[in-house]
Amino acid sequence: MFLFILKRLVLAICVALTVSAISFGLLYMAGDPAVAIAGENASQQDVDAITARYGFDRPLLVQYGAWLGGALSGDLGRSWYFDLPVADLVSDRLGVTMLLGVLAISFALLLAIPMGVAAAMRPNSLIDRAALFISVVGQAIPSFWFGLILIVVFSINLGLVPASGSTTWKHFILPTVVLGYYATPAIMRLTRAGMLEVLSADYIRTARAKGLSGRKVLFKHALRNAIIPVISLAAVQMGFMLGGSIVVESIFALHGAGFLAWESIGRNDLPVMQALILIFSLFYILFTFFADVLNAWMDPRLRVG
Amino acid sequence: MKPSALLLSTALTALSLGTATTALADKASDTLNLAFSKELETVDVYFNTAREGLLMDHAVWDGLLYRNPETGEYEGNLATEWTWIDDVTMEFKLRQGVKFHNGEPFTADDVVYTVGFVTNPENGVKNTATVGWMDHAEKIDDYTVRIILKAPFPAAEEYLAGPLAMYPDEYYAEVGPTGMGMKPVGTGPMKITELEPGKHYTLERNDDYFDGPKGHSAIAKVDIRTIPDVNTQIAEFFNGTLDFLWNVPADQAEKLGQMDAYTVVNAPAMRIGYLTMDAAGRADPEGPMTKEKVRQAIYHAIDRQTILDALVKGSSKVIDSACAPVQFACAQDLPTYDYDPEKAKALLAEAGYPDGFTIDFYAYRDRPYAEAMMGYLEAVGIKTNLVYMQYSALREKRMKGEVPLSFLTWGSNSVADASASTGEFFTGSDRDDAQDPEIIKWIGEADSTTDREKRKALYKQVLTKIVDEAYWVPLFTYNVNYVLGPDVAYTPTDDEIVRFYAFDWK
Repeated sequence: MFLFILKRLVLAICVALTVSAISFGLLYMAGDPAVAIAGENASQQDVDAITARYGFDRPLLVQYGAWLGGALSGDLGRSWYFDLPVADLVSDRLGVTMLLGVLAISFALLLAIPMGVAAAMRPNSLIDRAALFISVVGQAIPSFWFGLILIVVFSINLGLVPASGSTTWKHFILPTVVLGYYATPAIMRLTRAGMLEVLSADYIRTARAKGLSGRKVLFKHALRNAIIPVISLAAVQMGFMLGGSIVVESIFALHGAGFLAWESIGRNDLPVMQALILIFSLFYILFTFFADVLNAWMDPRLRVG
Repeated sequence: MKPSALLLSTALTALSLGTATTALADKASDTLNLAFSKELETVDVYFNTAREGLLMDHAVWDGLLYRNPETGEYEGNLATEWTWIDDVTMEFKLRQGVKFHNGEPFTADDVVYTVGFVTNPENGVKNTATVGWMDHAEKIDDYTVRIILKAPFPAAEEYLAGPLAMYPDEYYAEVGPTGMGMKPVGTGPMKITELEPGKHYTLERNDDYFDGPKGHSAIAKVDIRTIPDVNTQIAEFFNGTLDFLWNVPADQAEKLGQMDAYTVVNAPAMRIGYLTMDAAGRADPEGPMTKEKVRQAIYHAIDRQTILDALVKGSSKVIDSACAPVQFACAQDLPTYDYDPEKAKALLAEAGYPDGFTIDFYAYRDRPYAEAMMGYLEAVGIKTNLVYMQYSALREKRMKGEVPLSFLTWGSNSVADASASTGEFFTGSDRDDAQDPEIIKWIGEADSTTDREKRKALYKQVLTKIVDEAYWVPLFTYNVNYVLGPDVAYTPTDDEIVRFYAFDWK
């Protein structure tokens, strides 16, 4: 088992490094980073000075190699834009994104799983149609629009919550709903499909025939099996949350890592982008790994092999 | 980053939610709340290039001189008198009794240190154009100092009144740019008391501020948050948690202006829009842009006034000069090209393109403006393929001479001198699409004399030839919409600099 985890870990790091190497090259295609740093009003003199200072005239491979060497020794470099250590900058912002991600996925699970179960128990009923409606609307509405609508209703008209910022728990309510709602449809539909399949399985009929209560059949036998693919999906969604929080963080002025990533692309702040891509990739791989372990724990059949 | 650091960061974020409070607005707490749209890289003036940085500069630091935004005249600020000893030497008598926010007295040593630091290429100052004209500074006595220029530089006073902030020598030597970025110290009318890089700044009135031309701040505190989305800024404004907005898009400003509670002020900006054409044939030596009649046809083909009325709006004006009207020596009485599509078609036919041609048209911002221009060009037979890209990528292509036609803008760093615009694009550099030796020579002469009348005459020659040869199609000036909350009083200026210390309550 230890060897298996080690292999997975090495593979994960290789994937993360590959992603970061590709992104390094791609990001350079967005134009001269010296111009991006210098800004729109900068003179050629300014751009030349920045090129020399940051070593942009070195071959791309040399620049990537220098970054990688630093990263392996724990030094993620300094932000070209902020001129602050990337590690400090990222750790300062990652907390907000992680918190938002956890809140949003919790919101999505709490909304989607009960609705998915309810919809599966009464197919084509009113509740099933309501679930379908929520699912379709959730997929169709762009999060920037949904966010603004919530701000207009709950912040401007009702004055219940602040429109932007991250200083109190109230600031996180609207972003959580917007980001969580984004993940809801897929989880709800998968729960419904899984439950429908499981509820028609023989062992459920057997359990019912044994005289077990409906609740016991539903939660101990059916849901436990139907939820397995949902866990994998939630792990993937959590990965999306980190990246997908870009728009939400921007609307609600939450200075998280998603927003930092978005802004860093525009600013060609490569050291920050490199670090974030690496960290996001590692998180993504980590979530998937934990989902596999959790699945194996819930379903002993998956432990074989 | 260690996993423990991440856990700590997430946990601290979660824990802080229960205790922190939001900055509350307003007249009652004598706090002006406003927002920046972009994350400012650092407040150290010499290491940021953003307009927001320039606003901080004016509030927190002082220059030796001050340009009165109403009269356009230079006044003494940290210097009380200044004289030109010769073409490359300026002598300043410094104001006595001025103290930096940390208590350090301001003397000639600070000027010598600041000039020495910013002109040393090893220090990597970002705005080299701002400082590159100075060679060094010499102390005559504690309150007399000379700045020695590398060569005659007529815009010297403009820079000394603008972005050239004076730093405390002892403090800066100790903390450097990073320290100054985290705990800024200046002599200005406001001091920064709280700072989260890129996210949040609190400025408080400097009660020990000297009686200079900027005056004392009427408002005790300014709270600045970074809110990137303009719609969210407007929502905060409606909630009363922001008191002031600027750079509001024209359509939203119009709607806000219709609400009685708010005041919308539109002021011109120093930014101008223009089309530049590959007259020198760098992108295509035989291309249509190398032909004067084609360039003139493009000038005639575009209805600049209609684009301005429909899209740009506000106090913007159609221009024919390749600079901003507010800049010194930016002549306005120049020849013009009326909107005349028939004449454009005739000129194209004369140039050998009776059926028009197809060309790549590059742009990086204000896509609707670019699309409107494409429509006008198509109407006279010029089909354009819009290539819309990031500014840094477009600039790189232009420098390589790969762009035949592009729509660009230029803000001149708020330097009110024509050399900051025309001097940037017509001096034979790789951003010069004209490469006109006569213009290069005239600009060289204009920028090496301090004779203001001679400069005006030379720049008029330059600007006239740019129009005659149709090297550019100067389009219009930009404008800025400022929106003031019910309790706020402020008169915006036409240099796009929001002076926080000049705000007051109604």
